Formats: sequence, C-alpha cells, structure tokens
Amino acid sequence: MIAVRRLRVRRYAEAASTSEKQFLGAEVSDVNETVALRAQGLYKVFGRHADDAVAKLRDGASRDDLGGATAAVIDASFDVKQGEIFVVMGLSGSGKSTLIRMLNGLHPQTAGTVEIDGENVSDATAAELRSIRRHKVSMVFQHFALLPHRTVIDNVAYGLEIQGINKAERQARALKITKIVGLAGWEEKYPSELSGGMQQRVGLARALATDTDVLLMDEAFSALDPLIRREMQDQLLELQSELGKTIIFITHDLNEAMYIGDRIAVMRDGRIVQIGAPEDILTNPANEYVEQFVQDVDRSRVLTAESVMRKPRAIIHEGSGPHAALTVMRDEQLSAAYVVKRDRTLVGWVRDRDVLDLVRKGDRDLSSAIQSNHGAVSHDTSLAELFIPSLEAALPLAVHDERNKLVGVIPRVTLLATLGGEPDAAASALSSPDPLPTAVVTKALDASDEGVTTTAKVAN
Amino acid sequence: MDIRLNIGSWIASFFNWLDDNVAWFFDALKSFFVTLYDAVFWLFSTPSGFIVVIVVAIAALFARGWKFAVGVVIGLTFIMSVNQWDHAMETISLVLVAAFLAVLLAIPLGIWAAKNDTVSKVLKPILDFLQTLPAFVYLVPALAFFSVGVAPGIISTIIFAMAPGVRLTELGIRGVDSEVVEAGQAFGASPRRILRQIQLPLAMPSIMAGINQIIMLSLSMVVIAGLVGAGGLGGEVAKALGKLDVGLGFEAGLSVVAIAIILDRFTGAFGKGMGLYSTLANRRAQAKAADEQARLDAQEIIDKGVRYPVGMAN
Repeated sequence: MIAVRRLRVRRYAEAASTSEKQFLGAEVSDVNETVALRAQGLYKVFGRHADDAVAKLRDGASRDDLGGATAAVIDASFDVKQGEIFVVMGLSGSGKSTLIRMLNGLHPQTAGTVEIDGENVSDATAAELRSIRRHKVSMVFQHFALLPHRTVIDNVAYGLEIQGINKAERQARALKITKIVGLAGWEEKYPSELSGGMQQRVGLARALATDTDVLLMDEAFSALDPLIRREMQDQLLELQSELGKTIIFITHDLNEAMYIGDRIAVMRDGRIVQIGAPEDILTNPANEYVEQFVQDVDRSRVLTAESVMRKPRAIIHEGSGPHAALTVMRDEQLSAAYVVKRDRTLVGWVRDRDVLDLVRKGDRDLSSAIQSNHGAVSHDTSLAELFIPSLEAALPLAVHDERNKLVGVIPRVTLLATLGGEPDAAASALSSPDPLPTAVVTKALDASDEGVTTTAKVAN
Repeated sequence: MDIRLNIGSWIASFFNWLDDNVAWFFDALKSFFVTLYDAVFWLFSTPSGFIVVIVVAIAALFARGWKFAVGVVIGLTFIMSVNQWDHAMETISLVLVAAFLAVLLAIPLGIWAAKNDTVSKVLKPILDFLQTLPAFVYLVPALAFFSVGVAPGIISTIIFAMAPGVRLTELGIRGVDSEVVEAGQAFGASPRRILRQIQLPLAMPSIMAGINQIIMLSLSMVVIAGLVGAGGLGGEVAKALGKLDVGLGFEAGLSVVAIAIILDRFTGAFGKGMGLYSTLANRRAQAKAADEQARLDAQEIIDKGVRYPVGMAN
C-alpha cells in the first residue's frame, strides 16, 4: 500500500521537478498543469423560486432562511488538474452527491458553470451533453448500477456500445479492461453471481472501457466492507499510476479521502469549506469543523516524515575538527549530533563523549568518532513506519531525500505530539538525553587550546 | 324538495351525439374488431379439436414443463367432453383479440405515465373510474354504438381490462433502480435507448404481471359480454340463466375455469425461465461455457507448458 502511495508521490515529484521547493512542500500543484475540469460558482437549489434563492445566497443568506427552497450546493468553485485524484469529502447531506452529478449534467445546475476539457457542460444541449458523457466523462456508482440482465462483459462494453463501436471491437476492448481489473474468467457471469467487490470492479471497468479522461466516482467504495474497500483503493491507485486519469472521487470517509486524494475538498452544508492536499487539511484545518473532522483520521498513514520533521538544531560538517564539533554540541546542549558532507549528504553521527576523548587526546580528525549506523529514513516514509526506527535511534530520527541528503530530523516527542494532533506542543519539550556537563566540556576545550582551523556550522 | 341531477340524460345525449356524428368511426372500429376476431377464430376452429389440444400441449411443455402439458390436455379434453369446444374456441378468440389490443394500449400509456408526472396524475382517476364502474355499464353504450355481436364485447373488454396493465407498467418502470437509469444517462444513452435497454427489461416482471391481469380480466369480461351476443361460453351461461338450466350453466362455467387456469399459467410463465425451452437454452449455455473453459485450459497449457489432470483447472 505504502509502495503505491510512494509511487504516486514520485510521479508528482517528476512532474514538479523544476523546483525543489515545490518538491519539498506539501502542495504538489503546478500552475502550468492543464485543467481537466473547472467548476465555477456552482449552485444547486431544489424547490420553487430557485433563482431567487441563489440571489439571496449570493447576498449572504444562510441555507436556513430560504423558505421553501433547499440549497444542496452553494457556490462551489474548483479546478481539477489532469491526472489528479480530487476527492470531495463530506457527511451525508453535505451536497457532495449533488455536486458530482452536476459535473456531468445529471443534475442541471441552478447557477454557475462546469467545463470539462474546455467544453461547457452547463449550457450544453441534450445532444451535446450526451456526446460529452460518451467521450469525455464516465461515472462509477455507489451501488454499482450494473445492468442485472447483462453479463459482465456486456456490462463492461455498455459505454462502448453507446459510443457506437461495433460488436467485435467493443468485445475485444471490454475483454482487455476486464482482465486489467482482475475479472478474467468471469466475463460470462451475471452481476448477481458476483460479490460486491467484484461488482464494483465491473463498474470501474465499465467506466474505464470508454476511455474518457475524466472519471467521476460517487462513493464508489462506500458500499463495500472494510477489507475489500482497502483492496479496491489500492487497486485504484495502482490503475491510476498506469492510466493517469483525472478522477473526482466522492466519499464520506476522511481516511479514504486522505489515502487516495491528491487534493481534498471538504464540504459542509452545501459549501466547500476547504480545499487542500491531505497533509494541509490535517495540519492546517481551515476552521473548527474541519479540525473536528480530522481528529479521527489515522495520522500515521497520511503524514509522512517530511511533513513532521524539524530542522536539526546542530549539524556537524565532516571536515570540522573535534574541537569545533564539541563547541557546537556544548552550545546547543546536545549529547550527539549528525555529521554531513559539504553538500549535506549524511555521513553518520558522533557522541559528545567520543568527541571529548578525541579533544583530550589532541586528535584533529573527527572521522574516528563518526558512527555510520545513522538509521535515517526516507522523506516519504509514512509515520506508521517511523516508530521502530525512532525507537532504535539514539538521536532524533534523521530524514533524508532520495539523494541521501539530510533534510531534517524527527525527535520522538514530535512523533508523539503529531499523533496527538498537537504538533506544536513538541517544540517546548525538545531536550536531548543527558549531555555532558558544560563545565567538563569547557575545561577540556580550554585544555586543548589549539588553533581551530575548521569551523562548525550551527544551524539556527 | 326534489333535487335531481340529470347526469344520466347528459351522458345519454353525449353518447347520442357521438352516435350521430362519428358513426363512421365506430363502423370502422367494428369491422376492424370483427376481422381480427374472425381471423383468430378461424385459426382455432379450422383444425379438429384434437390437433388444437396437441399443439397447445406442446406449447405448454415448452413454456412450463410436462406437468402443465398434462394439465392442459386434461382441461381441454374436459371442455370437449362436455360439448363446449366450439364455444370455448370463440371465447379464447375473443379474449386473445381483446387482451392483445388492451396490452397494445396499456403498455405505451404506462410508459408515458411513468415518464411524465402530469400524465400519471391525469390517468390515475380515469383508471380508477374504468376499473370500478360495474362491468355491465360498459355494455350499454357499446351496444348502442356497435349493435349486437362481438364488437361491443371486445370494446368493453378492452376498456375494462386495460387499467391494471397501465398501472403495473408504470409501477414497474418507476420502480427500476434510479442509479441504473442514471448509469445509462451518465454514459450518454438516449432516453429511447434507456427505455429499451434498461427500463423495459428491468420492469418486465411487473409488466408481465400486468399482462397476466389483463388476460384474466378479459376472460371475466368476455363471459359477461355473452349477454350482448358476443357468443362463446358467455353466451351459454346467459342461455342457462334464461332457461334456469343448472347443468348447462355448470358445464359452461367449468369450461371457463379450465380456460382461465390454462391462460393464467401460460402468461405466468413468461420471462421466468421455466419449461423445456429454458432447459435447452441453459444446457446450450453450459456447453458453451465448458467449451470456453476447455479452450482456456488448452491455451494455458500451450502458453505455460503446464500440465495437470483434467478437472484440476477449477
């Protein structure tokens, strides 16, 4: 599972490789990426005088004072980029199902526009709308919505049939997709003979077979039991890494949203209250509602080492002498510190006691004190996988990027505080396990009062 | 004080007006009904009774299986043995013609009502009215327009029997899982295609129940229509009533029962995968699946060089 997630992170890393800042930051979007679907100021009001209700809402009226009309979606605007999984998350009644149905015109919008691949869905005629649905956007449904009187293969080929593709070709294409979703050998069965998970694979295959760029998934995995759901999520991510569709995924399950979403829009009472990357939502909730919501999220799966790491208080350069190293550690009250090369490639770590010995012996080379078993972890490791390394490390856990450069450290307290939902609490609690008494160190440094030629770098 | 609402005379004058002004229409309708009836009756009455029994029994075998076929033979032989065969054939012809026309009207109306709420709201009280008005009442204007014969019988049967067909068709289509219909729309299917490929097939059990109801109601109405000279078993029942002939009444009545059961079981079997035809179709499908499995196994052996004993594949 984690491997899949990493794969996806890497894909984005490649896409955004122009700037290291973008790569390190949680926000992976790039302004130059093509927008596959754009929704602007979407409103959906049911009931009489819908237009009046929209005008009132625009003037700042709340959902409760509309009289007879019911506002399902209020002023929803967002862009979905090509190849992105955009998750719309909200509880039942938040308007997310209505929103997704406006995207392909199943529910005509009361106000606002939807554009898919540059084509305007919101003012399309019935025939244009059918053409858009045939070629640009397909859909996966919560309760599968398979045709019960058709076999699996004919269900998968349904979209192709509507596109007007001849029987031989659509059978061949459907067969291929059926294989891809792992249903080979079930082609001639009827949906009722399949388990829920398999039925939804058929639903997914039917949507994929039409080869549209945009895929709408309406609570696609919500009707499945937890184990199957997890399996389907992994399969979706795996497929996505190969196919690179633009997916709009509706769910009420925040854990699911966090797991599969590149970006998440949180909806409440018809309004989108926050749009952001999973880690954004988790670490910077826009309001109390989102904050309450994210309390229950399994942080250890969503957050990566990168998002919780701190700047190390002190890094010692490989070339600096023991004297300089010890000075740094004394000043920062550290019992140990990481050693890096000039380009920040991680070399190992030193203990103050070992360095003190070197200083006392008058040794000018630090290398004999460096221990190479630094146990550093990669920046995209999920928190769940950090606990054991953190337990084994004497120092705050070192985090490196894929070029093996030290990018940060994670003290154990930070790890615990993040899981508790209060990452800032860790800052005050930072301390190092019993450093050598300052007096002892100063005495030793004064005793070996030789010229210090190399410098140690103190990170601020 | 005497308040008398002259609904009776208003309706009577309306029908008189119809009779005076659109008589040509009723004449055309009458000759249409009579032609249709004659054709069907010819089909049932030309061959000897035994051939009809055999043909119907074979049809029963395919529709439901051998037990029903035996039942059909017993039922039809009974009718023959009480000397009601010709009357029974008249009744069946009437029922088939009237039910066929009723279905032809009811299903499109039902579809229309399912697609359009206004139509549904307008149709509902009309159907209630048609279904609850005493059946004999239809016979009066029908008799006025078409005079004595099969035509008034057929028209009053159509009107009387149509309602459940409309209702059950509408109910069936409205009852189709909305998500499945949405799926059709989401993939860009036209409303016509959705109707043909999704709504009608999925509403079929309900529509079939409607057709079954139409046929059963037609039978009961056709017997009543015997009073207006539509002939058949209904005519015999009317005759028995007039002469107080208990024996004849029961012979004709039991024949109606036999026909009712046969027709009910036939229509009940529609689309349910029963009988010889379905058995044969299932066997063919199984044989095809087995062939396909064998081909896949062979392909696997060729591809991978795997060899295992036959039957281990599953």
